[in-house]
Amino acid sequence: MNFNLSEEQNLIRESVRDFAEREITPVARELDEKAIFSNDLTKKMGDLGLFGMNIPDKYGGQGLDTLSYIIAVEEIARIDASQAATLAAHNSLGISPIYEFGTESQKMKYLPGLCTGDALWSFGLTEPGAGSDSRGTKTTARLDGGEWIINGSKTFITNGSASISKGCTVQTLTDNDTDNDNGKKSFTTILLESGTKGFKQVCMHGKMMWRASDTSELFFDDCRVPEENILGQVGQGSKIMLSTLDSGRLSIAAMGLGCARGAFELAMNYAQERKQFGRVISKFQINAFKLADMAMKIELATNLLYKACWLKDNEQAYAKEAAMSKLYCSEIAKEVVDEAVQLHGGYGLMKDYNVERFYRDQRILQIGEGTSEIQRLVISRLIGC
Amino acid sequence: MKILVCVGNVPDTTTKVRFAEKNTKFDTNGVQWVINPWDELALTRALELKEDSSNPVVHVTVATVGRAGAEPTMRKALAIGADDAIRIDTDPEDSSFVAYQLAEVIKNEDYQLVLCGIESSDYNGAAVGGMLSEYLDLPSVSAVTGMTFEGADIILSREIDGGIEEVSLPAPFVAVVQKGIAKEPRIPAMRGIMMARKKPLKVVEVAEAETLTNMTEFEMPKPKPPCKMIEAENVAELVDLLQNEAKVL
Ligand SMILES: Cc1cc2nc3c(=O)[nH]c(=O)nc-3n(C[C@H](O)[C@H](O)[C@H](O)COP(=O)(O)OP(=O)(O)OC[C@H]3O[C@@H](n4cnc5c(N)ncnc54)[C@H](O)[C@@H]3O)c2cc1C
Repeated sequence: MNFNLSEEQNLIRESVRDFAEREITPVARELDEKAIFSNDLTKKMGDLGLFGMNIPDKYGGQGLDTLSYIIAVEEIARIDASQAATLAAHNSLGISPIYEFGTESQKMKYLPGLCTGDALWSFGLTEPGAGSDSRGTKTTARLDGGEWIINGSKTFITNGSASISKGCTVQTLTDNDTDNDNGKKSFTTILLESGTKGFKQVCMHGKMMWRASDTSELFFDDCRVPEENILGQVGQGSKIMLSTLDSGRLSIAAMGLGCARGAFELAMNYAQERKQFGRVISKFQINAFKLADMAMKIELATNLLYKACWLKDNEQAYAKEAAMSKLYCSEIAKEVVDEAVQLHGGYGLMKDYNVERFYRDQRILQIGEGTSEIQRLVISRLIGC
Repeated sequence: MKILVCVGNVPDTTTKVRFAEKNTKFDTNGVQWVINPWDELALTRALELKEDSSNPVVHVTVATVGRAGAEPTMRKALAIGADDAIRIDTDPEDSSFVAYQLAEVIKNEDYQLVLCGIESSDYNGAAVGGMLSEYLDLPSVSAVTGMTFEGADIILSREIDGGIEEVSLPAPFVAVVQKGIAKEPRIPAMRGIMMARKKPLKVVEVAEAETLTNMTEFEMPKPKPPCKMIEAENVAELVDLLQNEAKVL
């Protein structure tokens, strides 16, 4: 067993960390408070090469391994969850399905632009009536004279309505006839470009977390798109969704790990400075033990997540480890941030202290891309229950 | 024109310094290594000069004196944009030794411009640049904070007491650079990191040379005595402590 990161992976971590501290730290609090999505930071992440990290050079990507990408998400999340959300969603939900399932001409058409940071693409699965139960999708698509006609709506779609959002991969119901061959619903995934007539993208306001990330409602009213905009085959929608979510889970896990690491560092620094009863508070055993537990959880989360990435990079089955990583990293993020706030006392509740933002931001991680309950369901199935 | 930038591999500036072997050696356990900040700025300026097509710079090489442990630092220099790297495979013993090793490598190549940081953030010797120019028998300009091309001449600016001095001279020479030479160091992009993998990093044998100094002992600064707080109304106690304990009055 070799637990050492490669020289390249270490350099990627160092670069993304330097970038996050130089470019994101100074603006994160204000963007969160005013709930502003930053085109500028998105472009800068693109310039650094954080979009398309896992896809080949020929499509504008960097051709790096999964672990390198996960380290990048972790390092951005260590500073700011909102920017990490933009990054993770665009890579694993926007770019990845087009790369994995697109035709050569779809890849050449969309991917180079999406790798620059000038344009974003989203993944539309969730609907008002279809959350954990994605098979409840009601958005429909039917073929008419060489065109798909899409009707319905999606909700909570990351990167769906920013001014640089160029389109969405929409999960649709193409055949709800239970008399068909296998008696199952048939889902089909379609690429829908912004600007298509009848496609409305509305930014959702009032989020508790990821306030500087774009979350949207999408409405489709007789949207007509060319037949060739289908991603994969008719009826392949479920497969595309499941495969996208498997790898997407690694990104959310990386956000949990980065969030925990960032909160731990804030807590450690504060506890070593804050004095009460004539001593720094980290010297009180109860606090020292809290910090020890936090460090241990981060270490365990790292090992689990990096192993899942290693499995994927070595083309071995990784769905179980991905679900476990998503579940574990997001749950320890919650525990670590909670203790980090506790160590800050009253100051941890004030917006002047970054840990307050971490406390809010971690809360989505146990909900987005499959709730903790659903992860347990997935894991229990995979272990044969 | 080819530029050579001398690059030192130094402990990260936030490193907690410890000594080993009876305080005669710096304990490198757990130390994170980085490019010496002055050298990083020198490299940044060299690359800016190369990227501006109106300048005659076509190639930037980085060189270091160090063991294999210095390679991540060299790889980072390549990822930032240097074209190739040279590592002289030995421990950087003292300033004269390092300058001699660099000179031996530089002599055999046609670098018209050699850039060095004014000092390194670990030993703060501030001696390599000057010594290197002596070994190379080239002119040198120290504390350079600006560098531009004007025809065949290079204009250097230096901060002097109360102002800025501008000098112009033809290559070749050694420029010993101070902070200000470039705005901020570059962060290597993913593409640069990928490309660095394929760039040449040549390892050169050490040249025969004496080390002229010998480290006898390192000493930590004494810890500051604890701060005593005195209530605002107890002026007499304060005066007493200043007179009799601190003995400063
Ligand atoms: C900020 C944000 C960004 C998002 N981005 C995207 C995106 O880009 N694309 C996208 O498609 N979606 C996105 N989502 C949607 C997200 O994936 C869903 O919110 C999530 O899957 C849960 O669905 P739901 O909110 O409808 O909750 P529900 O499914 O209604 O769940 C409610 C509760 O019931 C529990 N529950 C449901 N079913 C079961 C069961 N079988 N057994 C036990 N418990 C169960 C859940 O665990 C949860 O606790 C985003 C959400 C948010 C908040």
